[in-house]
Formats: sequence, C-alpha cells, structure tokens
Amino acid sequence: MAGYTQGSGRPNQWLRNLNAKIASVPMILTAVVIFLGGTIWTVVYSFTNSKLLPRLSFVGFDQYERLWDAPRWLVSVQNLAIYGIFSLIFSLVIGFVLAALMDQKIRFENTFRTIMLYPFALSFIVTGLVWQWLLNPEFGIQSVVRSLGWESFTFDPLYNANIVIYGILIAALWQGTGLVMCLMLAGLRGIDEDIWKAARVDGIPMWKTYIFVVIPMMRGVFITTLVIIASGIVKVYDLVVAQTSGGPGIASEVPAKYVYDYMFQAQNLGQGFAASTMMLITVAIIIVPWAYLEFGGGRKRV
Amino acid sequence: MSDIVAFNSVADEALPQAQTDRVVAGPRGRKPRRALSGRNIMIYGTLIIVALYYLLPLYVMVMTSLKGMPEIRLGNIFAPPLEITFEPWVKAWSSACTGLNCDGLSRGFWNSVRITIPSTIVSIAIASVNGYALANWRFKGAELFFTILIVGAFIPYQVMIYPIVIVLREMGIYGTLTGLIMVHTIFGMPILTLLFRNYFAGLPEELFKAARVDGAGFWTIYFKIMLPMSLPIFVVAMILQVTGIWNDFLFGVVFTRPEYYPMTVQLNNIVNSVQGVKEYNVNMAATILTGAVPLFVYFVSGRLFVRGIAAGAVKG
Repeated sequence: MAGYTQGSGRPNQWLRNLNAKIASVPMILTAVVIFLGGTIWTVVYSFTNSKLLPRLSFVGFDQYERLWDAPRWLVSVQNLAIYGIFSLIFSLVIGFVLAALMDQKIRFENTFRTIMLYPFALSFIVTGLVWQWLLNPEFGIQSVVRSLGWESFTFDPLYNANIVIYGILIAALWQGTGLVMCLMLAGLRGIDEDIWKAARVDGIPMWKTYIFVVIPMMRGVFITTLVIIASGIVKVYDLVVAQTSGGPGIASEVPAKYVYDYMFQAQNLGQGFAASTMMLITVAIIIVPWAYLEFGGGRKRV
Repeated sequence: MSDIVAFNSVADEALPQAQTDRVVAGPRGRKPRRALSGRNIMIYGTLIIVALYYLLPLYVMVMTSLKGMPEIRLGNIFAPPLEITFEPWVKAWSSACTGLNCDGLSRGFWNSVRITIPSTIVSIAIASVNGYALANWRFKGAELFFTILIVGAFIPYQVMIYPIVIVLREMGIYGTLTGLIMVHTIFGMPILTLLFRNYFAGLPEELFKAARVDGAGFWTIYFKIMLPMSLPIFVVAMILQVTGIWNDFLFGVVFTRPEYYPMTVQLNNIVNSVQGVKEYNVNMAATILTGAVPLFVYFVSGRLFVRGIAAGAVKG
C-alpha cells in the first residue's frame, strides 16, 4: 500500500524537470567525468611507471621519490615558493596602496584605473615577451642607464641564474596588480562612510584608520584576493615559457612547466602525473581551509 | 536665474542652523582644499608615476616596432623613432617565420579567430542554460554537481590535461579545432555557470512563476523571458571568454596540431625561435598584433570588463 501511494504520488521522479536534467548533462559530464574523474585518474596513474603510454603497473611511491630527487623539480619548487611569497606580498601591498590612493575622491579615477588594469587584458605570452625585451641587457633598461653615464650599472635578471625568478616576478606584478587594485577598491567602497566620520571625529590619523579599522573590516576581500592570487601562482606557466623558457639552464623552471615537459616532451608520463599531483596537493592546502572558513564551519558570513 | 532661486532657498534653510552650529562647533563641512596641497601633490604624483610605469612597456613596444633594426642597435629603447617604418608590422603579419613556415602571424590570427568565435558561442550557450537550470529548475543533486564544478575551477589544469587528451583521442578529435573548442567550453564552464546562475537567481521570481502558470516550459521560458532580459550578462560573459580564449596558450599547445596553433603559440614560436638573426622590431610588432584584440575588447568594453572580472574573481 505504501509503495502504491509513493508510486502514484510521485510517478515521475526521474521525469520531473526532465528538460532541466537534459540541459545539465554537459555540466554533469564536465563535473563528474573531467573534473572528478580526470583528477582521480591522474592521481591513480601517478603511482604507476607509465612512460610513453599510461599503463596500470603500480610501483608505489617510486615516481614521487624520483621527483623529489630530481634537481630540476627542486629548483621548480623553490622558484615557485619565492615567486609565490613575493608576488603575494607585493601584489597585496601595492594593490591595496593603489586602491587607497584611488579612494581619495580623486579626479580622473577612470583614466588611472584604465591604465592600471590594461595589462591584465594581455596574455602572459605578450607580457613575458615585452618584459623580455625591456630586460634585455644589450638593448633594454640596463643599456639605457649605462648610456646615461653609469657604466657599471647591472640589471640583467633574465640572464643571471640567481635572480632570474625576480625578473619574472616584475612582469607578473605588472600584469596582475591592476586586478588586485580593482578588487581592493571595490572592498574599500564597501566600507561604510560613517566609519571614516567616526575616525575623523576621534582624531585618529588616516593611516591608523586604514591599518586598525579598515583592513580588519576588509578581511573577506583580502582572503578572496589571496585565494585568487595563490591559485594563479600555482598555475604559472606561459609567463615563464615566453620570458625565459626556463633558462638560463634550469634556473627559472616552475612546476607547471615540469609537468608539461614530462608529459608531452620527455614522454615520461609517470613523472608528469606525480608532479601534477603535487600541484593538486598545493592547491588543496590553499583552498580547503579557505572553503572551510567561507562556506563551512557553521559561521554565518557577514 | 533658477540658480539664484535655488541658492536663496538653500541659504534660507541653512542659515539659522549654520549660525547656531558655528557657535557650537565651528564651520561645517570639509575644509576647502587648495588644489596644490601637499597631500594632493603626493597622491597625484604617486598615481602619475605608477601610471607611467604601467604605460612604459606599451610605449616601448610601439616605439620599437616602428624603428628599423640599425636604429635599434644604435639607440635607446625609450627614444621615439627617428625614421618611422611600418615594415616590421608588414613582416610580422605576413612573412615572419616559425620553423619552416614563413607566412607570418596572419595564420595564427585566423586560427585564433576560428577558435575564439565558436568556443565563445558554445561555452556561453551551454553555461547559460546550465545556470538557468540551476537557478530556476533545481533538481535533486544539481547543487552537488555545481559544487564539484566550482571546486574543479581551482584544480590546476595540468592535473586534468592528460585524461582530456585520452578522452579526445577516443572521440577522434584530438588535435582538431573541435577538440580545442570542447576544451575551452569545459574550462570556461565553472565561472560562466556561476555568473549566469547568480544573474538568473537575481531576476524577479514572479516573472518565472507567471510564465509557468501560463504553461510555458523550460525552453520557452529560457528563450522568451530569460534570454531577452539578460543581455548585459551575456555581454560580460562574452568579454570574459573572448579575452580568456584569445590569450590562452597552454590549451593551444597541448590540444592542437601545429597547423591550428593559435596566435599566442605562434607568437611565442616566432619570438623565441633560435634560428636566424633576431629582429626585435618585428617581434614587438608581432607582440602588439597579438595583444591588440584583447586590448581592443578592453578599451571598448570599459566598465563591463571590470564587472566581468570582478564577477569572475570575487564570487569565484
């Protein structure tokens, strides 16, 4: 009897919203097959000794041991760490300072914003190639300063293995700080005008208001920006390819390039899978706490 | 005349209060600032220097591309050209070499056009319908798939590339334009679906309900009500996709054969090729040409571009 009522009450459980379900097939396939399936597939195959073609012969953590013994991988990780820390700090600081300046009810705000944001419309390839040219020691900034009379001036980050990653950092900051500025500016505009009035009445200097009142209030914007920058950092690839191709030597290699080279050029799939799994873990370390803070934990968002 | 009237009425109202206030708390309102106060000089000075820094690479690119090679070897990259020449532009467009091919960037340009237009249309069509289904026709499990999709947006592409290569190979479209269009549709889906879902969810629900009562179905409501009401968000999505797909490098390199390489890949091959004498002016002309399309979109779309990336970034 119970079965009967259920059957007649909802006879078309699967047919309900049928059109919506059909329309969502591409989304479901992408989410389940590509994003979930693909990720699991890569992680599983990182434990095999696949070379030219993926093969399911498991070798435990061999690929990971080999990975962490490879000098090129260690250089890549170190580069990513330096690049990551500095680009986080600089883009947050520069982005916030610029946004604070833009928030002073200035004139020509639109012009300034347009100028600061246009590099973001350009690809990393274009960005990398422009800065490769500007940092060219023979013709670029170094030669110009030398021709002004400072003969010993040296500024050739792309040709000096010790500092090449900072050369890439300069280009990345040029491309990305405009976006951070825009996000921060949107955050600043969301601060209640009364806060500023109250601070002014209390005679608190402006910089103190920013540091002790406004920035803590913008916690959400900061965290979101941090996550955006951080997940972009892990993916950095095109910029390095365009600017240095990983050189001089292996001095500017990054993990994403390691993955690509091992998968598609060195025909050593297992290494590629292991390296990409390490990238996945890095992102998970960034994303999981953020997602927990943002969506889980039972805390209501303000 | 009307100004004076307005002034009078304001003054009438404000006067008594202003007088009492002046006694109690001094003059009201902000102190009038001189245009050249120290504070203003600092703010505008900093902003102008920063703006110059941002503009510098673009300036150098254009200047270099207009010089001949002898002038580049002698001179300074910041100096404007003594003799303007458009030869580097012509060469970059029609005869720069990648490997054995010497037909210039034009091939890459047309490849990029053939990739960008269908990818943009397909990805937006699919994502808008997805977003619409998620916002108005929620079914069991929809939120779960959507969550996976959004989390997937943060997974590095490198993790999913190889499985996609296998899927495309099985389907027989690995290396073709169709395959690349599919890849762009897949990776554009999280952000676009989010964009459309949030937009459709913000539309008044009464419209949707009224249409339902009148007997309109899924597709009728989508095409007759949702689509005409959401043109701005379609424009935002288009800006996002056109610039994103045009600027893509990784997918172009991984998922196409050399004859279909998009402009970014070809540009990189031209500039970073090790053979032959480096022609910096041609390289810079080629670089500008590749950046021209997204820059054009950026300058034309203005505020919408900002809105697009903000929607993509803040809510992502």
